[in-house]
Amino acid sequence: MSIIIHKNTKILVQGFTGKIGSFHAEEMIKYGSNVVGGVTPGKGGMTHLNLPVFNTVKEAVDQTGASTSILFVPPAFAADSAMEAADAGIKTCVAITDGIPSHDMVKIKRYMRRYPKDKKMGLVGPNCAGIISPGKSMLGIMPGHIYKEGKIGIVSRSGTLGYEAAQQLKDLDIGVSTSVGIGGDPINGSSFRDIIEKFENDDETIAVLMIGEIGGPQEVEAGKFAKENMSKPVIAYIAGLTAPKGRVMGHAGAIVSAYGESAVEKVELLKEYGVTISKNPSVMGETVKKVLLENNLN
Amino acid sequence: MDIHEYQAKKILSDFGVKIPTGGVVYSPENAENKAREIGGSKWVVKAQVHSGARGKAGGIIICNSPLEVADATDKLLGKKLITNQTGPEGKIINRIYIEEATDIKHELYLGLVFDRSSESIMVVASTEGGMSVEEISKEKPETIIRSKIEVAVGIQQFQAREIAFGLGIESKLISRAANTIIGCYKAFSELDATMVEVNPLVVSHQDEILALDCKMSFDNNAMFRRDEIAELRDKTQENSNEVYASDRGMNYVSLDGNIGNIINGAGLAMASMDMIKLAGGQPANFLDVGGGATPEKIVKAFKLISMDTKVKVILVNIFAGINRCDWVAEGIVQALSKIEIKHPLVIRLAGTNVEKGNEILKKSNINYIEASTLEDAANKAVKVLR
Repeated sequence: MSIIIHKNTKILVQGFTGKIGSFHAEEMIKYGSNVVGGVTPGKGGMTHLNLPVFNTVKEAVDQTGASTSILFVPPAFAADSAMEAADAGIKTCVAITDGIPSHDMVKIKRYMRRYPKDKKMGLVGPNCAGIISPGKSMLGIMPGHIYKEGKIGIVSRSGTLGYEAAQQLKDLDIGVSTSVGIGGDPINGSSFRDIIEKFENDDETIAVLMIGEIGGPQEVEAGKFAKENMSKPVIAYIAGLTAPKGRVMGHAGAIVSAYGESAVEKVELLKEYGVTISKNPSVMGETVKKVLLENNLN
Repeated sequence: MDIHEYQAKKILSDFGVKIPTGGVVYSPENAENKAREIGGSKWVVKAQVHSGARGKAGGIIICNSPLEVADATDKLLGKKLITNQTGPEGKIINRIYIEEATDIKHELYLGLVFDRSSESIMVVASTEGGMSVEEISKEKPETIIRSKIEVAVGIQQFQAREIAFGLGIESKLISRAANTIIGCYKAFSELDATMVEVNPLVVSHQDEILALDCKMSFDNNAMFRRDEIAELRDKTQENSNEVYASDRGMNYVSLDGNIGNIINGAGLAMASMDMIKLAGGQPANFLDVGGGATPEKIVKAFKLISMDTKVKVILVNIFAGINRCDWVAEGIVQALSKIEIKHPLVIRLAGTNVEKGNEILKKSNINYIEASTLEDAANKAVKVLR
């Protein structure tokens, strides 16, 4: 198995008829993802990319049975769309949109608390590359062909650094079960901990590569969780060794504002939790390979 | 986005927070008149720059006559204030804030930030006002009060009272102090702030609760709905190359080294900087041209890097996904036909159609060093400097 998305996962595209939504919906369909339709308020009844367009997510879910959505809605309307998905019974929503205000993210997360655990939507992102289960389904904007099918779980804040890792693994003939981009924002839908817990519970995944960066507590929280609850090895790389304190490094969340948020401090804390550190971004693949050999996981 | 002290004070006073009487001035004559207008016998002349620790750097001067106020203003205006937060280049003083002096009984600390762990708004307070919050956490951590606010319902009176009592404020002033805390919370939550810091918050001998100094920062992502805040941006307080980049939709941070770099994606950009450092070099900047890295963006990026006089070598590292390497290579060739680059250039392409991309670069007449991996690129950039 993979996590979150599988071969037949039914996908809706929110912001379907826009330029970006259309482009990536086509790429996903080419990859083999089961895209069943899209939502653009006011354009319901149309056909786009040979698929039905709906006015509301509720209507789309009723008629297609979709469980999953991907969001390309502009920042000003993205929070509203994510809450609409949650209310319509979508199980996983991936928000690609970059630039959603933090106050809106806090609002979305509070809104989702109204649902009991079994009905609560999982939000991934925003400002992320999305999710891919190689050979099965792609729910994101990544170049699908750089991912080889396999058994390593990847979770990364950064998109391009996640691609770098997938390519390094592929060059070493190592494949990926699922790769999840959780995005670079300070308040995000799913944390590193949320995703590595899913990898721990996935039969197919044998080890997890976590690609973090400066800012916030999530990498270290995931390390603690791994030590206490995981049987599978975790390998990590933390970007931002050279980042100055108090400056935002591209990602809104990549800012060192408290103890434990710099790359050096995160690396130290993760080592204490038994996580294997990739000492530089060029050896993420090699480090995974080494850990697999040490643990007889081939 | 940061704003000036006087702008933050104006905002907080609109939310019911009391501030000392004052006004912003742009000349010594202005300053003298403003002091007379404010009245009293003691004034504080405060340099308006985007930095804390202004007092220690000589940016805050206490004066005993309107003439002294004019002199102090004359001394500060047009100078660069160098604090422990501005870096050695300092920040230009173009505006001065004149304020009546306050008769201080106690100095307190009050701050509001997002708590990323609980995803709520956190109020942080301490009896040790005047020190930075980092200093307080190190030296007097026991004085720190933290209160998480449920954003769905906002701050409640009892929470504000608890904080006020925790700060040891006299009973008769509790509701005044609580209203100050509530005012700061409202400003934070209603204006898309990411930080409000009142330091010090003071209790005066006249039993007033006053915001003596304050800082506010706002979420850049929310500016589309905050015209009134966006207007407060003062570009003279930012690095000019950073302003050039942000006006063109690029994420750029100027650093001290001499290896300029052009990368797509914030994570890959940070990772490339780290590689440069591990290879023994120093990055001159952080630059994320965006996941797309379109030819137009690459042209702008080369232009930006060529404006940085510190740069001695340029490293380009693009991982092409949806945008293919051949397309990125065309962009690079196009950029270099428009902008003259005198420095050595190291290029590493990876991802979709990498062979085609490298072939385009080789066939062009651009002079560059080809690199295969992140590590190889960093090593070559450092080596060419030696």
